[in-house]
Amino acid sequence: MRNTPRIVTEMSQAYTFSRRAWMLGAAQGAVGLMLAGRMAWLSVAQNERYTMLSESNRVNMTLLPPRRGWIVDRHGVPIANNRTDFRVDIIPDRLRDKERVLPLLGRILQLPPEEVERIAIDLEHAAGFQPVQVAENLDWERFAAVSVRLPELPGVAPTRGFARNYPAGAAVAHLTGYVGVPNAEQYKKTRDPLLVTPGFKLGKDGLEKMLEAELRGVAGAKRVEVTARGKLVAELATKPDIPGKTARLTIDVGLQEYAARRLGTNSGSVVVIDTRTGEMLAMVSMPAYDPNSFSDGISHLEWQMLSDDDHVPLMNKVTQGLYPPGSTVKPMNGLALMNAGVDPSARVNCSGAMRLGTSVFHCHKKGGHGPLDLKNAIMQSCDIYFYEMARRVGYNAIAPVARVLGLGQKFDLPFSTQRYGTMPDPAWKLKKYKHDWTVADSLNASIGQGYVLANPLQLAVMAARLASGRALQPSILANHVHRDSPALAIDSEHLARVRDAMFGVINQGGTGGAAKLLIPGVAIAGKTGTAQVRRITMAERRSGVLKNGQLPFKMRDHALFIGFAPADNPRYALAVVLEHNGHTVRNLDTPMIARDIMTYMLDRERALKSLAEVEPTWGGDIRTRMAATAETYRKAQSAPPAAIATKTDAIVPSDAPAVVNATDMANATQEALTTPGSTVAEDDTRDRQQ
Amino acid sequence: MNRIVPEPLAKLPWLVIILVVAIGCFGQVVLYSAAGGSLRPWALSQGIRFFVLLAGAMGLSYIPERTWKAAALPAYALIVLSLIAVEILGKVSGGSQRWLDLGFIRLQPSEFMKPAIVLAAAKFYDMLPPGETRRFGGIWPAALLIAVPAAIVMKQPDLGTALMICSGGATVMFLAGVPLRLFVGGAIAAAIAIPLSINFLLHDYQRNRILIFLDPESDPLGTGYHISQSKIAIGSGGIWGKGFLQGTQSHLDYLPEGHTDFVFATMAEEWGLVGGCLLILAFLLVIRWGIEVGQRANSRFARLTAAGLATTIFFYVAINLMMVMGLAPVVGIPLPLVSFGSSAQMTVLLCLGILMSIDRQNRKTVGW
Repeated sequence: MRNTPRIVTEMSQAYTFSRRAWMLGAAQGAVGLMLAGRMAWLSVAQNERYTMLSESNRVNMTLLPPRRGWIVDRHGVPIANNRTDFRVDIIPDRLRDKERVLPLLGRILQLPPEEVERIAIDLEHAAGFQPVQVAENLDWERFAAVSVRLPELPGVAPTRGFARNYPAGAAVAHLTGYVGVPNAEQYKKTRDPLLVTPGFKLGKDGLEKMLEAELRGVAGAKRVEVTARGKLVAELATKPDIPGKTARLTIDVGLQEYAARRLGTNSGSVVVIDTRTGEMLAMVSMPAYDPNSFSDGISHLEWQMLSDDDHVPLMNKVTQGLYPPGSTVKPMNGLALMNAGVDPSARVNCSGAMRLGTSVFHCHKKGGHGPLDLKNAIMQSCDIYFYEMARRVGYNAIAPVARVLGLGQKFDLPFSTQRYGTMPDPAWKLKKYKHDWTVADSLNASIGQGYVLANPLQLAVMAARLASGRALQPSILANHVHRDSPALAIDSEHLARVRDAMFGVINQGGTGGAAKLLIPGVAIAGKTGTAQVRRITMAERRSGVLKNGQLPFKMRDHALFIGFAPADNPRYALAVVLEHNGHTVRNLDTPMIARDIMTYMLDRERALKSLAEVEPTWGGDIRTRMAATAETYRKAQSAPPAAIATKTDAIVPSDAPAVVNATDMANATQEALTTPGSTVAEDDTRDRQQ
Repeated sequence: MNRIVPEPLAKLPWLVIILVVAIGCFGQVVLYSAAGGSLRPWALSQGIRFFVLLAGAMGLSYIPERTWKAAALPAYALIVLSLIAVEILGKVSGGSQRWLDLGFIRLQPSEFMKPAIVLAAAKFYDMLPPGETRRFGGIWPAALLIAVPAAIVMKQPDLGTALMICSGGATVMFLAGVPLRLFVGGAIAAAIAIPLSINFLLHDYQRNRILIFLDPESDPLGTGYHISQSKIAIGSGGIWGKGFLQGTQSHLDYLPEGHTDFVFATMAEEWGLVGGCLLILAFLLVIRWGIEVGQRANSRFARLTAAGLATTIFFYVAINLMMVMGLAPVVGIPLPLVSFGSSAQMTVLLCLGILMSIDRQNRKTVGW
């Protein structure tokens, strides 16, 4: 009896076991199937995705920065090209053990201690992914020495690439701009990995920036098989880069460089325009920075030096500099007067001063010119003639002609910053200052002062339009030349008279005799100008007006010149503007500079020879003078190490505070010289020189 | 019977042995590839150890069932003591430790607990009067048997082994006939307890592993890296694999632990879905044989032990594969017979030895 239930229980237990063991086996089979299914899902359904991931693990793609397109001049001579460059960078994100790597790198590359310190400072300020430059332009031996020791140098990236090269250096700085490492915002905007590839640089200013899309090209890629630890296993096929397109300019780089040198120690600008097509042959703003060193990454010290310089090397004076055009507007005035019905042979007697209400307006010639007709007024640059005539016709008769000739106009050129000045008229003044236009305003404007402001490019266009009689549009890209410009809405006989007067300015005893060409049979026609930047009080006038040489630089007059040559059949027009030149040194004044630049176009040998004679007296060529200036500055500053650190956030020169300040100051000066309303007091008189 | 081979040898389950040798040799082939096409440092030593241990397992098959039965509880007690000793030594040396260094060999007691818990639980249910099975008295001692080592191992901390000890013990309880509702209830309790324990009981790194398992891409370079890279290896292998010695994930070191816990991914990359399915099938056949040994066995102890040990092997394989394919968190369970390392190899071959021993006994009595 006791056994029976027990046997049953054991039986049922065995039954339970076999049933549950079967369930267990079935569950295990199901799990096995599930695992096989999961594996099939991964390796069949998702195969493509994982194959791609495995490939991107295995293959390390190194972008090869594309070779940047060249910028060449009208004859195909390179203005900006590329040179082979062995460089070493550090990628801060991948750098390990900085304390060991940096000194080691310094020893291998034989870097001076301050350079190592500079790198350390740069690394602290680096954005992580942004490569920090260790050295560039390395010779092969030092480059190879780093390459073979790479395993000990995590984060160090030697690159064999191309560096931007501007053979003409500072002479083309404001034309081409420069290239540089992309900044953090640019990378964040596009997330383009090319932007953080060591050695890649993009246009930061000038044409390099505006033509970026064409010049950049398409990156190549070096594909290598690497282990998880980054060890290279094999090199795979390399995809070559597609170099950027070449940009051809209308510039003649020989002329550009000559003009830059010829400006000497001036703070000035030159624009030369082909009077047949409007092509710009030269666009020079000096002094300038060296785009080569800017492209390498500029140091704080260098930047400070350029910012502090009162010659504003960071400013492209051609498009950003605004100046009162002074007497260079007088040929234009002549056209406007004739257009308004003034008889060119009608005379005005210049006694040296003219009273208008309570104030006295002076001519630059103290004793007066006596009676003058239009041609002589232009030749002698008589102020009284134009005061009187402007008073008669009113400025509304003059401003439209000025605009037709290009003053106050904006031109379609690939420059991001173009300031186009002011060509005032009564309506403009009412709108801006809520005051009525006065006769005094007309008088001031008639001699290119007061509210009138123009940039050197506009002055050159004015010269080119005067010379050609056509509404030339300036161009700088060879594929964007505006040919077949229409004739100006100006009587051609009036134009001929004005051109004759401009011929007289230089060749018939006018104010610009110094610009007379030394080439037989060819003549320049032109007009000189002086723009005053300070008031001359009655007290000063009584005790004798101070000579410019006695004044501080910032108080000296601007010197200007417009002209064209040959006078009888114009080919080239130019404008030369020298800030605070003050007419102090003869061979550094506008007429002789204009003459030599024109000479270069007509007789290159002669121009180079005469430059070779005078250049040493200015302290050597551009490069020598820049080096000397830098050396002096460095000594004066006794630079702390931080100053030589690379300025990673360097502001583009066009937008630099120094440039903005310089421009604002020029504007403020002019505004201060113009007293709004009719309250011109006795001691607010003007002194004119030419 | 007309035999060429002597009867004791003929009594060995040759089909299973061939399967196990096939798995082991395939494992060595994979290790050979994982070392970049070299016998060293893994394939050769693994191979030698495999055949030595296999011979040992075949030797174990001659030990009679009653010896296992007698040794079950003492062995269990000894291992629990070793676990405690390891824990104390670890405390003394300042840090967690899983090894017991005997000078000539470093033993990992927790590894032996995997088969030992099966034997101990089977022994317990064998002693228990059948009528008690479904009562409380048939449950709590078994639960205690499981809980003690599991808790110590968990403290080491070794989540994977603790999980396997619990699973092995629970399997025996299930097979012994403990009411199903307990397991259903247990599953529900686990569903509640797991999120809680993730938050309160686990170490940070364990919790991270689980959280990252749930979303490996959240940390592709940290802890999620293992799972991501393993899935890439398996997924990029495709149906036929990249070919022997052609795996890039393993050869270029993208796959971490490619010769130990993640050896299956190394294999799958080169042998593809086909290789993976064959390996899974081979394991399932071995495990099914183990369950059948249990089905054929006469004694309750033998039945529970055989099915329990077979399931222990199953848990090894299943947890490892789920982990490798991104279905379970990374808990550090190797793939038996394939992964490089002596502990798991020894445990699994010990299980096989006991299974063969049970198989032999029951053939003898059942035979004719």
